[in-house]
Amino acid sequence: MRFAVVVFPGSNCDEDAAHAITRVLGAPVDLVWHQTASLHGYDVVIIPGGFAYGDYLRAGAIARFSPVMTAVAEHAAAGKPVLGICNGFQILTEAGLLPGTLLANDSLQFRCEIVTARVETTATAFTCAYQEGQVIRLPIAHGQGAYYADDVTLAELRRHDQIVFRYADENPNGSADNIAGIVNRQRNVLGMMPHPERAVHELLGSTDGAPLFTSLLRSWERQATHGA
Amino acid sequence: MAHETVDEMTQSALAEPSPEQIRARRLYREMGLCDEEYERICTILAREPNHVETGVFSVMWSEHCSYKSSKRVLRLLSSAGHPRVLQGPGENAGVIDIGDGLGLAFKMESHNHPSAIEPFQGAATGVGGIIRDVFTMGARPIALLNSLRFGPLDSERNRYLFGHAVAGIAAYGNCVGIPTLGGEVVFDPAYTHNPLVNAMCVGLMRQGRIARGVASGVGNPLLLVGAKTGRDGIHGATFASVEDPHSRERSAVQVGDPFMEKLLLEACLELLDADVVVGIQDLGAAGLTSSSAEMASRAGSGVEIDVALVPCREADMSAYEIMLSESQERMLVVARRGREEEAQAVFTKWGLDAVVVGRVTDEKTLRILRAGALAAEMAVTALVDEAPLYDRPAARPAYLDDPQMMSADALPDSHNLAADLLDLLARPTVASKAWVYRQYDSMVRAATALRPGGDAAVVALPSLDCGFQRGVAMTTDGNGRYVYLDPRTGGMHAVAEAARNLTCSGARPLAVTDCLNFGNPEKAGVFYQFVESVTGIAEACRALDVPVVSGNVSFYNETNGEDIFPTPIIGMVGVADNLDHLTTIALKESGNMLALLGAAAETLGGSEYAALRGGRPLGPTPPIDLDLEARTQLVCREAIQAGWVRAAHDVSDGGLAVTLSEMCITGDLGADLTWEIEGRADLALFGEGGPRIVVEAREADLAALERSARERNVPFITLGRVSEQKTLSIQLEQAQRPETLELSAPIVALREPWEEAIPWAMR
Repeated sequence: MRFAVVVFPGSNCDEDAAHAITRVLGAPVDLVWHQTASLHGYDVVIIPGGFAYGDYLRAGAIARFSPVMTAVAEHAAAGKPVLGICNGFQILTEAGLLPGTLLANDSLQFRCEIVTARVETTATAFTCAYQEGQVIRLPIAHGQGAYYADDVTLAELRRHDQIVFRYADENPNGSADNIAGIVNRQRNVLGMMPHPERAVHELLGSTDGAPLFTSLLRSWERQATHGA
Repeated sequence: MAHETVDEMTQSALAEPSPEQIRARRLYREMGLCDEEYERICTILAREPNHVETGVFSVMWSEHCSYKSSKRVLRLLSSAGHPRVLQGPGENAGVIDIGDGLGLAFKMESHNHPSAIEPFQGAATGVGGIIRDVFTMGARPIALLNSLRFGPLDSERNRYLFGHAVAGIAAYGNCVGIPTLGGEVVFDPAYTHNPLVNAMCVGLMRQGRIARGVASGVGNPLLLVGAKTGRDGIHGATFASVEDPHSRERSAVQVGDPFMEKLLLEACLELLDADVVVGIQDLGAAGLTSSSAEMASRAGSGVEIDVALVPCREADMSAYEIMLSESQERMLVVARRGREEEAQAVFTKWGLDAVVVGRVTDEKTLRILRAGALAAEMAVTALVDEAPLYDRPAARPAYLDDPQMMSADALPDSHNLAADLLDLLARPTVASKAWVYRQYDSMVRAATALRPGGDAAVVALPSLDCGFQRGVAMTTDGNGRYVYLDPRTGGMHAVAEAARNLTCSGARPLAVTDCLNFGNPEKAGVFYQFVESVTGIAEACRALDVPVVSGNVSFYNETNGEDIFPTPIIGMVGVADNLDHLTTIALKESGNMLALLGAAAETLGGSEYAALRGGRPLGPTPPIDLDLEARTQLVCREAIQAGWVRAAHDVSDGGLAVTLSEMCITGDLGADLTWEIEGRADLALFGEGGPRIVVEAREADLAALERSARERNVPFITLGRVSEQKTLSIQLEQAQRPETLELSAPIVALREPWEEAIPWAMR
């Protein structure tokens, strides 16, 4: 199982994501420059956190035009997992791979702390190693993390069990329906504001991000077995 | 109005004043040179300087670049010959040996004057500058810290300055992706007109790859890299060296682009790996002028620059403007001749300009051309080494001998100890700084082992097995009120407290960077504060074996003749050899014992409590015994290493009662404490000074801890027990009197003012 972590100019959680994969899974992982046109040979693609293109104009608004995003869309269309974390979530919504958008936090301030989130569904390749309803502790670090979508879209998300994480206690950014992370209708593209890659070692204050990576391995193995 | 601007621009480019006009109209004064300095330049050049040369001399000889008032005093801080020091003062940052072939590069710098005018950009560009200083050395930045001073938050202007400076620091550091691990914030009327914004960066490197700011190798090309050059920040260095920045224009404040900085950081580190670089330096104060002159000076060479080659943001920029621009996010790189294209390929990948603008010469001059025509030429030594050095007169200011000023211990006894404690916890200086550090990404790079909010922050170093081994601990500390009330002792306290903070976190203090913020050095009283406090810092650094490897001086922090508190800030780094020994301030378990290491408070002087009760700073600053300080910290470190310490917190602003409150609030546990005091109850609870550390230990370990303290002749008092009753309950038995004094407060009542003071003020 091979991971690609896309690096845009201004990405800054790319190495953290790669380290987390190495630490939790020991799986091979490559940092892939945004000019790359093909993601052939990768099983999972991660769009990491940071400030791609400085978040100028609007978070993710410029990054979505990078050549690699065409390959990301193809990877997603092939049903393979794409994980967007924080800025990666913003980029995926800008690219139209996930519905809705991320607005400025209601406090109008950047906010960094460890929050609690509830795993709302385990029926995804990203969460099958969690328990449904499990409350986990994950770091957040964002200025524009308030998920927003119109009521019709929100109803769709709920109806199709696409809301993967909700803030469990305090909502740190004013997101609609306390949303912290969603999947697409096909359930293979996840966008989330919290940082699972920062929660994979006791020393960092939480290990609750590790099962997300374990989930990816488990579902990949299951699919490989079924496919064979 | 637009055409007027164009006219002005054309004028600035074409109609530069002649050397004769500069003399006759004394235009050099507007650039910050005094008459004697101007005459000295004429003597050195054996002619009158032209406009470009006058500008170049004025910035190179500014206080900010030349350290003309401070240089002689700073020799007291020499760390030459210390075995831990790989690079001492004089380079872009200092570097120390932390073992395993690793070096730690770090430095702190002020951005006070720009932040007083435009707090967001002033603070942001301060962060940007210090990051460049560190990666210029070849180090990967791993942490940012800061030290901030503002006037009280009851003023709208102060709230604006504070709020925007914090937002600027956050915006820059968060975007570049370096965790900001906290620091300190103090509010006092002394900083109302001159807030202080000091930023520190720490970087990690392989020892073999220290890069330096040298322009060596005749014929080697000079590459200007990064952002284009604009008209922003012209004369920023001069502006940082004058009284009353408010009388100046905002155009002298630079604008930061953290995205550009991130690209520059990655490109420069990639370039240094490729070994095509001879020397590298960032363009900070005085831009291209100081970076090129300093690089030539260090190499004993000369440089030639053609300003027509410099990529500019605006049309028609003059040689004067290009040489003096302080546009941010630019670097000067001396590449190996013939390998320019390799260097440029790296920058192209990152989408950055990298243009050859000149070359190294053997003529020992800074020669400035414009499209091949000579625009200015000056000896490098004249700019760097022959800057005037001043022996400023120092005289002890009268206030230091004013009995009214030193009358803290004459304050009437507290009527209500619990109410006073609540008032102290609600002081923004004492209260939780979560409102501040929650805006900083403190966890990016996924290696933050101790986050902001404790005594020191710790970044863990990766181990080969994808885990972590060892930690780098860091802190910033300084107490302007202590220094104001006793400059020498106050300087010692800053060093001692920084070391104590590292110790409490489980680390060994290793080395220091300083940022020395003072008023107008031309005043004898201010210069006395400077000399005395530097003397105190030097003495404490020797006593605690922490060499000073880098630093910065910020003078002229005065407005309308009022100087700030003399505020030297100490940035200190250390190493925690074992990550299992990292210790936080939060109480851990009910039933555990609490004990106090170190001497009891001797005076209310200097304390936050005395300032609260007296409405102004009241002395004397608590005395300090550096030998006892070193012993107390040693006992604490050894106890942590022995596994006896469950929590530790040093006693500082607000005294012992505040320390205990913070341990209870963060641990969400109470404490039931009884001990015997001599003298006033408020002195015991709110007095400051003395190397005091509160430690939590299991009952079974307490005797060993006490024995260890006694063996080293460190005072030890058992205070009581951690309790699951969420109340801080203190009973003070008085030596000579039958009655017992009590202070009791539910933790929830302590938490509210402590957590909400700053959010309330900023609402």
